Order: sequence, then structure tokens, then C-alpha cells
Amino acid sequence: MSAEAADSPFTDPVQQREAARIGMWAFLGTEVMFFGALFLTYFYDRHLYPDGWVAASKHTDLLLGSLNTGLLLVSSLTMALAVEAAKARRPDAAAKRLLATMGMGAVFLVFKGLEYAEHIRDGLWPGESFHFEPASLSRPGELFYYLYFTMTGLHALHMLAGVVWLSALVIASRRGAARGFDTHVEVAGLYWHFIDVVWIFLFPMFYLVRGH
Amino acid sequence: MSWIVPPQASTVAARVDLLMGYVLFVAVCFIALIGGAIFYFAVKYHHSRSVDRSGPVFQSIPLEIFWTGVPLALTLSMFVWGARLFITMREPPPDSLEVDVVGKQWMWEVQHAEGRRELNEVHVPVGRPVRLLMTSADVIHSFFVPAFRVKQDVLPGRYETEWFEATEPGRYRLYCAQYCGTAHSAMTGWITVLSAADYERWLAQPGAEPTMTEAGERLFRRAGCASCHRAGGAGPALEGMFGRREALEGGGTALADETYVRESILRPNAKVLKGWPPRMPSYEGRLDEAQVQQLVSYLKSLKGA
Amino acid sequence: MEKTENYLNDEVTVSSWLLTTDHKRIALLYLMSVTFFFLVGAFAALLMRLELLVPNGGLVQAETYNKLFTMHGVTMVFFFLIPSIPAVLGNFLIPMMVGAKDMAFPRLNLASWYVFMAGGLFGLASMILGGVDTGWTFYAPYSSVYSNTHVITMAVGIIIAGFSSIMTGLNFIVTIHRLRAPGLTWMRLPLFVWSLYATSIIFILGTPVLAMALVLIALERVFGFGVFDPALGGDPLLFQHLFWFYSHPAVYIMILPSMGVVSEIVPCFARKRIFGYAFVAASSLAIALIGFLVWGHHMFVSGQSLYAGMAFSLLSYMVAIPSAVKVFNWTATLHKGRIYLRTPMLYALGFIGLFTIGGLTGLVLAAMGLDAHVHDTYFIIAHFHYIMVGGALMGYLGGMHFWWPKITGKLYPEFWGRISAGLVFLGFNLTFFPQFLLGYLGMPRRYYHYPPEFQTLNVLSTAGASILGVGYLVPLLYLLWSLKWGADAGPNPWRATGLEWTTSSPPPKENYRVTPEVDEEPYAYDAETEAAL
Repeated sequence: MSAEAADSPFTDPVQQREAARIGMWAFLGTEVMFFGALFLTYFYDRHLYPDGWVAASKHTDLLLGSLNTGLLLVSSLTMALAVEAAKARRPDAAAKRLLATMGMGAVFLVFKGLEYAEHIRDGLWPGESFHFEPASLSRPGELFYYLYFTMTGLHALHMLAGVVWLSALVIASRRGAARGFDTHVEVAGLYWHFIDVVWIFLFPMFYLVRGH
Repeated sequence: MSWIVPPQASTVAARVDLLMGYVLFVAVCFIALIGGAIFYFAVKYHHSRSVDRSGPVFQSIPLEIFWTGVPLALTLSMFVWGARLFITMREPPPDSLEVDVVGKQWMWEVQHAEGRRELNEVHVPVGRPVRLLMTSADVIHSFFVPAFRVKQDVLPGRYETEWFEATEPGRYRLYCAQYCGTAHSAMTGWITVLSAADYERWLAQPGAEPTMTEAGERLFRRAGCASCHRAGGAGPALEGMFGRREALEGGGTALADETYVRESILRPNAKVLKGWPPRMPSYEGRLDEAQVQQLVSYLKSLKGA
Repeated sequence: MEKTENYLNDEVTVSSWLLTTDHKRIALLYLMSVTFFFLVGAFAALLMRLELLVPNGGLVQAETYNKLFTMHGVTMVFFFLIPSIPAVLGNFLIPMMVGAKDMAFPRLNLASWYVFMAGGLFGLASMILGGVDTGWTFYAPYSSVYSNTHVITMAVGIIIAGFSSIMTGLNFIVTIHRLRAPGLTWMRLPLFVWSLYATSIIFILGTPVLAMALVLIALERVFGFGVFDPALGGDPLLFQHLFWFYSHPAVYIMILPSMGVVSEIVPCFARKRIFGYAFVAASSLAIALIGFLVWGHHMFVSGQSLYAGMAFSLLSYMVAIPSAVKVFNWTATLHKGRIYLRTPMLYALGFIGLFTIGGLTGLVLAAMGLDAHVHDTYFIIAHFHYIMVGGALMGYLGGMHFWWPKITGKLYPEFWGRISAGLVFLGFNLTFFPQFLLGYLGMPRRYYHYPPEFQTLNVLSTAGASILGVGYLVPLLYLLWSLKWGADAGPNPWRATGLEWTTSSPPPKENYRVTPEVDEEPYAYDAETEAAL
């Protein structure tokens, strides 16, 4: 709803834009605390089982993980460019850049799916079929992979939501530079960058703990 | 006062009641002050009365500082007093009598170092500090003796300690104070405090079992520990190990206390000593918590070379 | 005043209510929901107190009793107290108090009610399916491994309701930041708004951690995760840290809004500006902030390290100070005022008395050496009921009475209002004061049966509970009565300051036809020269 609608609570578009921004930052605050609880659990267990963590990390796919990291970093660039285009009232350029961002997000999800399939094949899905070398570190290894699937899974769900949201924005861009479009893209950009930053933490936490 | 205060039957009970008296005194003063002021103002300035309402005050920084500072000072005194009392409650004297406890749904299994075992009861001598080494076989419980003013949660997977020194012979209630399932409120018992002589008599009664250390030594051999843990064996010799800080494989150190010993028996590869391979089999499921406590008692007794 | 157009008679179809984005109607939807859940929680309490009349009663089985106290705690905390003032009074009043037509995100507001109802339905489902017996604190490994009750269904309900409070908090923050009318600076805001702002910060930063703690419990129950169960390499204390990190600030979620209500009522019925406005406002923020740093005081005897415990003990004393500052400032407001002991004022003064008692017993708990004795006993139960019931609930009732004329356009009978305030005050003290004594004597909490020497105090407590129950039923009856037969309230029956009182009662749908402009300090009362109320 735009600021000018009769029952809108906003008195002008500037107010609405600022409200959207504050709303998104507040929401990202909740996301930080949401992931934060899992981060705390991860670091707590890592402190308890340092050897198990190193051993488990060796089984992650460093190539796919690094590719995914690169993809997300570039996607943040295209997202920032999309925000710029939307602000400059160029919805077609914005749509193209949003599509590029979405595309990279989708590829990220595909790679993640490939990784998961690989892990399941290798017997790293926690539960009865869990199989880990060395066996003495099996319990911490299983904990590691519980956290891996929970945290990267939660992250992937957020990515999926982001991709869906961007596709809605691409469709909205067809209606031209409607009032409020640039705010929507900006706010989506904040969300996308946040999801990116979460991955920037997850990558070393799960893939680079392996040491050499 | 016995209708509002449990018997004071331990060395800390009177101290706890004294601190309580202090905090309550401060509390009552504030309630009287606030309640009195509200009552006084509500009457004096009731709308039906014409009194002098001129020159009302809406803010006073000196007053704010005053009524922030005074509570701050008072609460700090409570903090210091409470913390010091608690530190005493947490540090058992070195010559404490050892009693091991396993809490499980819904009973307390007790083993005295001298060998007697009890269920939901603990006999102790008056005037001697007693240190409880406690673990749970399932969920979190809590060992609470109101007359002693002591309480400690009893956790699965680790040892917690609690100590007290009884000052009055008698029977005092023991409660489980951490909700633990259906019969939580039935997990109660008694602490029986005996005079020194009565306690010796009680210990010597027929049916007494081997001391915990002796039982632990027997287990050490029967469960196969001795076959590896000896000089030149596949596992490290354990004489003098208890209480030492040991270097671990993969970096870091660990203090070889009761919790460490228990973990080394049930999950031996969690912390492996430096220079030793992770080869020890786990005894999880093969020994119950009471047996582990006996082994701990035995290992504590092994003096070093 | 059904004749003039207002938010109540503007469209009366069911869908106009279920699809409303009007914050005032959403507030009433919440009012119905929380009242329902209050009755559920109160019913559980009634059965518990009846069981506790005798030491070895057989009214219910042990398992049922354990499910009752769990149901009571979960329902009262998550489905009544936490939403109560924010989602009912906050939703209704915040846009009006800041001079706006609605919340910043009206559709998010409506969604929050549906999300809340979904959470509540899961909670009810878990009760109907057979209940949960873990206590509202869900300690592991009992809740994650040993209990064979419907833990996950209840946990899902709580998580979903938590999302509702996050949505509400977000809406409040943005509305307060951005939708204030011209001239309404931060230092001119009603203190109710300040306290809900502080509450909203806790909503958005604390709730996600609880959600995650419960998710991990569910994962451990279903998949054997092993994060909390020591048999699987986990740590039960990790759960307690995650749980209390939210659940301690949660108690400030429950009390701060009530404090805000008191800050509105006292100036009005003392006809005098609040004393120390800036300090009262700042104290709300201080409570919210420091409140995040004290959670370990629930764990002094849990196996937490001594040094961590000392840090938490010290910080717990610090958090008491801003609450004390509020109490002093409210009391000082009465000096040279013109006091009217109407029903809202009786509730507010009752709040100050009972909250002070509850807060002072908190000083006992913050002392580690004392907490060791009274932790997990009826002393704790008495302490938090003094704050939650003597405090938060009385503040809620006071607020409902204060703003009832504005919300409904009707006046309730003042005589019965005073009677109910008296019954609540009396019944409350008789119910819970004996529990302080029970606790110090050593009666543990969550006990289905107890030693016979505790019976007298238990009987007194149950007697008090029956009076308290009547005290709660009476307002339910006369408030409903007033909807049909109450006198018309007029726009401002209390001659209160505040933008909400400048509209008709009930207010028009859009609140203000012209955006108000504010050019004076809040609480511009004048006790000296005013005519009688």
C-alpha cells in the first residue's frame, strides 16, 4: 500500500521508506539472535570436542563450499547494483540484475543439494546410518554434522525465501517504476546481504576448521 | 520460630538465616517507607481535602541520585555477603567424610566410603564435615536438605559436590528439588545425624559391605582395568594420577578430578592422555554409576610413585 | 454512542472483523484470545490448589498434576501474560498515543493475531492429546529424552506464538520511531509508549533464542541430536543457558508494560505531572538492557561455575535499581497531588505495593547464599507470583479499567470496580504470602504430595485462591454488563491528558481526521487549580 492510500498510516513516502528500513533492520536483529543461538551451540561443542571438529570438517566438500562462497559474494554485488538501478528509476536494469542475483542464489542451492547428496552417500547423515572415520571421534563427528545440516539447512531455507522474494520483485518491476519499488528492492537487498554475511561465517566454521 | 524457619542443624544454617534476616529487614523498611508514604499522601492529598498544593515539584536530580545510590549501596552489601557465604558453602573442608550419591528416578542411592549403602537415607556423624559426590543416572535431580540450608542440582554425565557439617543430632528431611518426572514429590528421604559414638556403632553393624575403595579395587581387577593399566601395559599407570593436571593428545590439559576419571571410564576417547593411542574400550552400559563411584574412590587412593 | 461513526460500528460483518487491519479491532481480537487462555490457565491453577488442600490428596493422579502445573505455566506465560498488555492495550493505544492513524504495518499486525492463534491451537492440541509434563521450563534431558508426553506439539505452539510477539514488537518499534505526530518528540511521549518500546526490544532480541532452544529440544527428541543429553555427548546446562537467556528477559516483557500503565494512571488520578519523567523513561530502557545480562541467577546451584554465578548475582542486584527508581518516582508523584481513589488508581496503587514486595524478595534470590536454600521452593513461586500477578496482572486490570471507556464508550459501575480491586488485593495476599513461608520452611515446588507439616499454610493459600478467583470473575461480569447497560463515557471521563483522550469514545476508525500537533509536555495536569474530576 502506498503512502497516499486513504487508510495508509503513513503521511508521506519518505516516512514510509524510513519505516520499511527500520522494520527490516529490526527483523535482521531477530535473525541474528535466531542464528546466534545455533552459533553459540556450535562454539560450545567445538570447545568440548576440538579434535572431533577438525576430523569432521575434513569430510566437507571444500570445492563446492568455496564455489558457493564465491557465488554469494558476486550475488551481493549484483544485488547492490540492482538497488542502485531501482533508485535511479531504471526498473528494467534492476530486473536484470535481480535475475542475476536470483540465478546465483539458485545455483548456490543446487550446489548445496549436491553436497547434501554427497554427504548422505558418504554416510554422514546423522542417525543410524552415520558412519565416520576415525570411529573414536564418531560422537563429536555426528554432533558436527547435526549442526552442519541444521545451520546450513536453515541458511538454505532463508536463501530460498530470498530467491522467491526477488522473483516477486522481478515481476513487480514489469509494472514500471511504481512508487515504493526502490524501497522494496533496497529492503530486499538488506535481507540478501544479511544471508550472505551468515554464509561468510558458516563457511570457515564448517569448511576451514579442517586445518591442513 | 519453627513455624517459619526450619531447624538450624548445620554450620551454615545460622549464617543463612542471619543474611535472610538482614535482607528481610531492609525489605520491610522499604515496604514500610513506600507503603507508609503512599498511604500518607493518599490521605493528606485526597481530593476532598483542601491542603496546600502550591509549588509542586516535578523533578529533583539530587533526590534521584539519593534514591539510586542508597539502594545501590545496600544491594552491593547483600551481594558481597551472599557471595562470601556461598563460597563457603561450595568449598568442602579437606578432611570431609566422603559419601557418594546416585540420584535416579525416583530414589537416592547412597554409598559411604566405609562401605555401608543406603537408600533414601544418609546417616552422618555430628560435628564432622561430610562431602557428597553426586551424579544422576538419568535426568537432573537436586539434593536439598532444608535444615542444613544446602541444595545442589545433581546432573547426569558429571559429578557435582555438596558439603555440610551437621551440628545437631536428629532426623532431617531430604527432598529432590528439581522436577524429574512422575514421582518427583516421592523422591524424598531423611538425613539422620548421629553422635560420633552412635555413628561408629551404625557403621559397624552386620551386613556392612566392603569400603568403597575395597569394592573399587575388586572392580578394577574384575572389569579388566588392571590388565592394561599397569607398568609396561597398554595403558598409563594410574598411581598418583588423581589430582594432577595432565597433558592431552591434540593439545590442552585436563585436571584429573572425579569428573575426569568418570569420563575416562565411560567415554575414554573424549580426552586421551598425551602419548597414548585412543585404544581404551568404553565401559558405558557395563558399569552403573554406583560402580563408577567405587572405581573413582579406589583411584583416588592410589598414591604416586 | 452507537449513533456516531466509530471503529466498532463501521461495518459489522464477521469478515470485517476477521480481515480487519484496524489496530483497534485487532486489539479486541487479542482481548478475546488472551481472556480465553487466562481462563484455561486459571482452571489449571484451581485444580492444583484443590489437590494441594491435603498432603496426600487424590483429586488427580501424580502425572495429571504434573501436566496441570505445566499447562498452567505455559498458558499463563506464553499465551496470556506475554501478549496481554502489548497485544491488547499496546495495539489499541500506541498509534493513538503517537497521533497516527494505525500501526506502521497494519497487515503484519493482523497476521500476528493469526499466528498467535495458530500457536495457541498447537498448545491446546497438546493439552487435548494428553498434555505435557515437563514444566514450562522444559529442562533437558527430561524433556528431550525421558518425558513421554506431547512435548513437541507444545514446543511448536510456543515457537509459533513467539513469532507473533516478534511481529508485534517489530511493528511497535517502527511505529514509535517513525509515525509520531509533529511536535511529539521522544521526551514528550507518554511513558506507556516508552515502556512498550523497551518491551519490544526484548521481544525482537530475546524470543528467537527461545525458539531455537525449543527447536533443539525437538531435534533431540525426534532425531537423537545429542546436544543436551549427556548420554549422547551433550550438555544439559547448555539448554538452561539458551532457555533462560530468553526467559529471564521475558519476565521484563511481562512487567514493563504494566509499569507503563501505572505511569499513565498515577498522574491522572493524582492530577499531577509524573515526578522524574526522564528517569522513569530511562529506567525502562535500563531494565530491558540489564535484564539481558542476568539469566544465570536461575542457575546458581545448577552446576554453573562459581565465578559466572557471582557475575550474575551482581548484575541481578543492578537490575533491581531502575525498578526501585520507578517506585520512588510514582510515590513522589502523589505529593501535593489531588488524589482520586477510583478503580484504576486502586489497581495502580495495589501494583506498587505488591510489585515492591515481589521485587524486594528478589533481593533474597539474588544473594547466592540465600538462593541455595530457597531455589526450587515455594519461595520462588511466591516471588514470581507477586510480580506476575500482584504486579503485571493488576497493571493489566488497572489498564483495562482506565481505558475501558475509551475502547467501548461505556462506563463500568465504580462500586463494583472498587469491590473487585479489594477482593483481588486481599485474595492475592492470602494466596501467595503463605507460600513465602512454605518455601523457606523447605517445601519444594512442583510437588504433588507434601509432608503433613505444610498443610496449614497450603490450606490458607487455597482459601486465598478462591477469593482471588471471585475477584477476577467479578470484573468479567460487570465489564460485559457495561457494554449493554453502562453509562455513556463521553470522550474523556477522567479528564486525562494524552492524544487518545482527544477523540470520541469509542474512537473513529481512522483515529484522527486531522493529524494532531503536539506542543506541550505530557501529563499537563494541574492539581492546584483544577475543578473536581
